[in-house]
Amino acid sequence: MNKFIQHTGIVAPLDRANVDTDMIIPKQFLKSIKRSGFGVYLFDEIRYLDEGVADQDCTNRPLNKDFVLNQARYQQSSVLLARTNFGCGSSREHAPWALEDYGFRTVIAPSFADIFYNNCFKNGILPVVLNEEIVDQLFTECAAQEGYELCVDLEQQQVVTPSGERFDFEVEEFRKHCLLNGLDDIDLTLQNVDDISAFEAKHKQQSPWLFGAIKG
Amino acid sequence: MAARTLYDKLFEAHTVRQTEDGSALLYIDLQLLHEVTSPQAFEGLRIAGRKPWRLDANLATPDHNVPTTERSGGVDEIVDPVSRIQVKTLDENCDDYGILEFKMNDHRQGIVHVVGPEQGATLPGTTVVCGDSHTATHGAFGALAHGIGTSEVEHVLATQCLITRKMKNMLIKVEGELGLGVTAKDLVLHIIGVLGTAGGTGHAIEFGGSTMSQISMEGRMTICNMAIEAGARVGMVAVDQITLDYVEGRPFAPKGDMWQQAVDAWSDLHSDDGAHFDTVVEINAADVLPQVTWGTSPEMVVAVNQLVPNPNNESDPVKKDGINRALSYMGLSADQAITDIALDRIFIGSCTNSRIEDMREAAKVAKGRKVAANVKEAIVVPGSGLVKAQAEAEGLDKIFEEAGFQWREPGCSMCLAMNPDKLAPKEHCASTSNRNFEGRQGNGGRTHLVSPAMAAAAAVSGTFVDVRQLMEA
Ligand code: SF4
Repeated sequence: MNKFIQHTGIVAPLDRANVDTDMIIPKQFLKSIKRSGFGVYLFDEIRYLDEGVADQDCTNRPLNKDFVLNQARYQQSSVLLARTNFGCGSSREHAPWALEDYGFRTVIAPSFADIFYNNCFKNGILPVVLNEEIVDQLFTECAAQEGYELCVDLEQQQVVTPSGERFDFEVEEFRKHCLLNGLDDIDLTLQNVDDISAFEAKHKQQSPWLFGAIKG
Repeated sequence: MAARTLYDKLFEAHTVRQTEDGSALLYIDLQLLHEVTSPQAFEGLRIAGRKPWRLDANLATPDHNVPTTERSGGVDEIVDPVSRIQVKTLDENCDDYGILEFKMNDHRQGIVHVVGPEQGATLPGTTVVCGDSHTATHGAFGALAHGIGTSEVEHVLATQCLITRKMKNMLIKVEGELGLGVTAKDLVLHIIGVLGTAGGTGHAIEFGGSTMSQISMEGRMTICNMAIEAGARVGMVAVDQITLDYVEGRPFAPKGDMWQQAVDAWSDLHSDDGAHFDTVVEINAADVLPQVTWGTSPEMVVAVNQLVPNPNNESDPVKKDGINRALSYMGLSADQAITDIALDRIFIGSCTNSRIEDMREAAKVAKGRKVAANVKEAIVVPGSGLVKAQAEAEGLDKIFEEAGFQWREPGCSMCLAMNPDKLAPKEHCASTSNRNFEGRQGNGGRTHLVSPAMAAAAAVSGTFVDVRQLMEA
């Protein structure tokens, strides 16, 4: 998993509440065999004017010019600014996969849905909760200034604006540790490799029939 | 040592380490893989440059997307391109990493939950996982088995372990004898009706009592399979002579001296006298009649001789609303007799009911009869190539075909309609599968869950009928 220590990037403002995971990545794309490649289908229904189908080439699809990610000034954005209850709905891990694949490293919102919030950490994305007023202020600043960038500093637990204003945010110690070090669940489990191997050796002695019977 | 439940024993015997926050690292003995929930897990491994921890703890077979009609043309001729790619990807991943896979046209291919036990890959005292919620099936062997998500599939591939938390213990104690024409499927539907679809949430269920100790392994698998439909990720049955007789001699089961050693080790795979269960539910087998679901959740079930419920008899407004919505989706009216429901399609198959005993039970009813004129299609889909071969050796395919059923190639088929086998909107289907959710068998389709014998009886009658009438005739 990618480490997240500090990230500075262009902000894309997605000004609507209750963005659900169906909106982030519609169900027809779940038949895919991949975890990557969802970026072109991110927000498919509001991003394109036609109906998206799995595995399709998106280069020539008609774009919804009003949608924020289609506007020239937000190209290359990597910080998503959103409203309350972002990521509600189904538990699909495809939602953070799509955000990450598109290039977002962090999402800032007043609140997130639980499962989505968890899934973000599993996929190297930092969800940042700031209160409603601050988020409002960021939306205003972002609209006023082309190329508006924010710096999200996980170590300091602060969001820093271009004028140097700093806003603190909370994050669980354990999750912070995992992101700072780029550790995913698998990495963490593999820190116990000796325990697993020792258990396995004992298990093999007690139940030898469970080893070597199934062969490719 | 304090008295322990079967679940306690299995959990403790596989705990690699316990962490401060209450979660445990559980060692996994067997992971079953299929084409739908594994591709991203393999891709994750590849991106991270990892290898599977143990190849010999994995077994794969495609099942959800495979066509069940003639398919000698192989994977390249699967019509739906997305299905074709999923099946091909499983083949490539297993070939690349060296994982044993029974490919689509291998005679051992089939539904993962049929194949694992049939091959002796599922063994007593093991931990079994699969990216599929019906993994509870394998608990019939005194194993700890449950479904997991795609990230966890990858986690198990990479580490041979799962991060998990201990569940609560529930005992469902079934006493007495099942009547004529009443099967394991009827019993489990009845249990879900009593418990409700969330009744087992957070629990590992052990099915016990004198009835369970008489039920065959295949019947036990049918029952554990549907534990998830009562909200429990885990269903289990203690190991006894019936378990051992089923396992002995299967391809991956221990042989010779090791068999004896294993049998000795397995002698402890039952709950101790006085072990503590958080919840105990008692069921009287004699109360169970052939069951039919009328609604859109497995708990919406009644006996075949009963009526569709009347929402006006329900005082809880939320439940009343649920009944109304289900009636309208299913196109049924309150107080209608179950035996008045006419069927458009019949599906005998799925990981719940596609084993040889299921085929035999259905064939016994179909024999010498004809599928009714109003039934557009009746299909029988064996759970694996080996079940198919066995049924053919017994002449069951001929019985079905003479009665007007189609005899298909093995796979999940119409259980979830990811392949071309689907219901059209508003069609009523008597199905031996496990979920009657809205749209499960096709958009707008109306599923009624029943036993294989009841499905065959519905096929030849055109409406639901108490199978016991056909048996006594
Ligand atoms: S038969 Fe149905 S329930 Fe069973 S594994 Fe296949 S799709 Fe899932």
